[in-house]
Amino acid sequence: MGAFLLRRIALLVPVVIGITLAVFFLIRLIPGDPARTLLGIHATPELIAQVRHTLGLDRSVGIQYLIFMKALVRGDLGHSYFFSSPVSSLVLARLPPTLFLLAYATALTVLIAFPAAILAALRPNSIWDQAVRIASIFGIGLPGYWLGVVLVYAFAIALPILPVAGYGENLGEHFTFLLLPALTIAVSLVPLVLRALRASVMETLRAGYVDTARAKGLAPRLVLRRHVVRNALMPAITVLALNIGYLIGGTVIIENVFAIPGLGSLMIISIGTRDYPTIQAITLVFAVLVVLINLATDLVYAALDPRLRAEIR
Amino acid sequence: MIVFWVALAILGPLIWNADPTALHLDASLLPPSLDHPFGTDNLGRDVLLRIIHGAAIDLQIGLFTVLPALTIGSIVGGLAGYYGSLADLAVMRLVDIVVAFPFFVLVIAIIAVLGPGLINMYIAVGLVGWVSYARVVRAEMMVAKQMDYTRAARVLGFSDARILIRHLLPNVIVQALIYSTSDFILGILLGSSLGFLGLGAQPPAPEWGVMIAEGYSFLARAPWISALPGLVIVALAAAFSLFGDGLADYLRPEIDN
Repeated sequence: MGAFLLRRIALLVPVVIGITLAVFFLIRLIPGDPARTLLGIHATPELIAQVRHTLGLDRSVGIQYLIFMKALVRGDLGHSYFFSSPVSSLVLARLPPTLFLLAYATALTVLIAFPAAILAALRPNSIWDQAVRIASIFGIGLPGYWLGVVLVYAFAIALPILPVAGYGENLGEHFTFLLLPALTIAVSLVPLVLRALRASVMETLRAGYVDTARAKGLAPRLVLRRHVVRNALMPAITVLALNIGYLIGGTVIIENVFAIPGLGSLMIISIGTRDYPTIQAITLVFAVLVVLINLATDLVYAALDPRLRAEIR
Repeated sequence: MIVFWVALAILGPLIWNADPTALHLDASLLPPSLDHPFGTDNLGRDVLLRIIHGAAIDLQIGLFTVLPALTIGSIVGGLAGYYGSLADLAVMRLVDIVVAFPFFVLVIAIIAVLGPGLINMYIAVGLVGWVSYARVVRAEMMVAKQMDYTRAARVLGFSDARILIRHLLPNVIVQALIYSTSDFILGILLGSSLGFLGLGAQPPAPEWGVMIAEGYSFLARAPWISALPGLVIVALAAAFSLFGDGLADYLRPEIDN
């Protein structure tokens, strides 16, 4: 397992370097002179020269990247132009609500999609199966942010049982405050994973060991729980991991709908204030998050299935 | 159904050619009625009128989020798949980097740098979106270039350009086109969510996402302002989704189940 972990991490090095390169060059996409753009039209030439120097813009691109990387390794993400504090502390403060929301939404997605997939797979072409298919067709085109607005109207205004926006003060409140946002993300994610899940459950149902379990007279309920559900869980993890980018994108939007103080809402605020170091840092953090989640998925696989460990070696 | 939406976008504004951005402050926040079937918004603008005029914007968003990505991705992926070796390696490493980012996050990061607006949004989506097409077309190309018809063309001494355009392109593009119909829906969703966040189409344009955002402040008093444009997006997306399924069956009859 240790060797597997090392090998897997070694594979990530080029990707992570690529990510830092992309994030570094992102800021160079600013049309014209970044220093001038940052300072606005009233900047004096001396001020521009000074900012160019502090940004390191007067040196070669290679050196600039090395300076950027050196700071990054020390955990220094630069200084926010708008909030007078280091970007790293801003990001750290905003990370927990986003992670909480991601985990919450994932849990709800599994809770909705898995039973639906099993129902649809057990009785192909039944009413359930058709309902799942129709839900997928309409669900694909469901704008998540709009669903959020509708849910706010339904459960916070028309039927005021849930808070409209925010994150809450303690763990219990986090669960109630983030219920609508997490549900919104889950509902727009379910159609994406449902088809693949249904297919994987159907495949599991056809497997030899399921026939064996049935043949030895095991109750259908037990066959389902012990053999089908367990084996179909692995593909479920794959499908969820594949959609992690989509999930994070949804979180960014939904945080803004529900005014959740996470990274996504900070990103939109920073775009409004042209706070480039913060935008850069958040982009980097989200990309690293995707890499880490993919790594974690692979490790879960390897832990569950020894065959994979052997294969990748 | 597709015909209906395209006709609505083109003919709708011609038939009902009132200004969708004109203010009528004496008629603000009116609920749906015979005069205003979809009600009016906080500035007294007719919601139905704005939705009809917005159709052209949102269909245009779908088109221009797909076309650049489809073109760039097919060319890059096709060439990488055909020539292989170093070019292929370089392209695929670039693809690896782009897909390491969450799609939406990278798009808004690029918009943040370029500035909000429709044109910059198209540039940003094109810069990120080409990778999916490059992957699809490259994979198809790797298979197609080993096919007998390609070998035959090569034996006949045709140039690379002729083989690529006349023989390989029609075969490798099918899968990319099928993908593009679902990408069209995703493009409209993406464009409208960027409009909602203030990064895409800018007010007072009657883009549907912008309308939903504008109505959000008046949700308790006038829920129709946000609710109806969203329903229209769902209906449009469902139409294109069914169209995409049909197109896939038509272009690929052999995998018809």
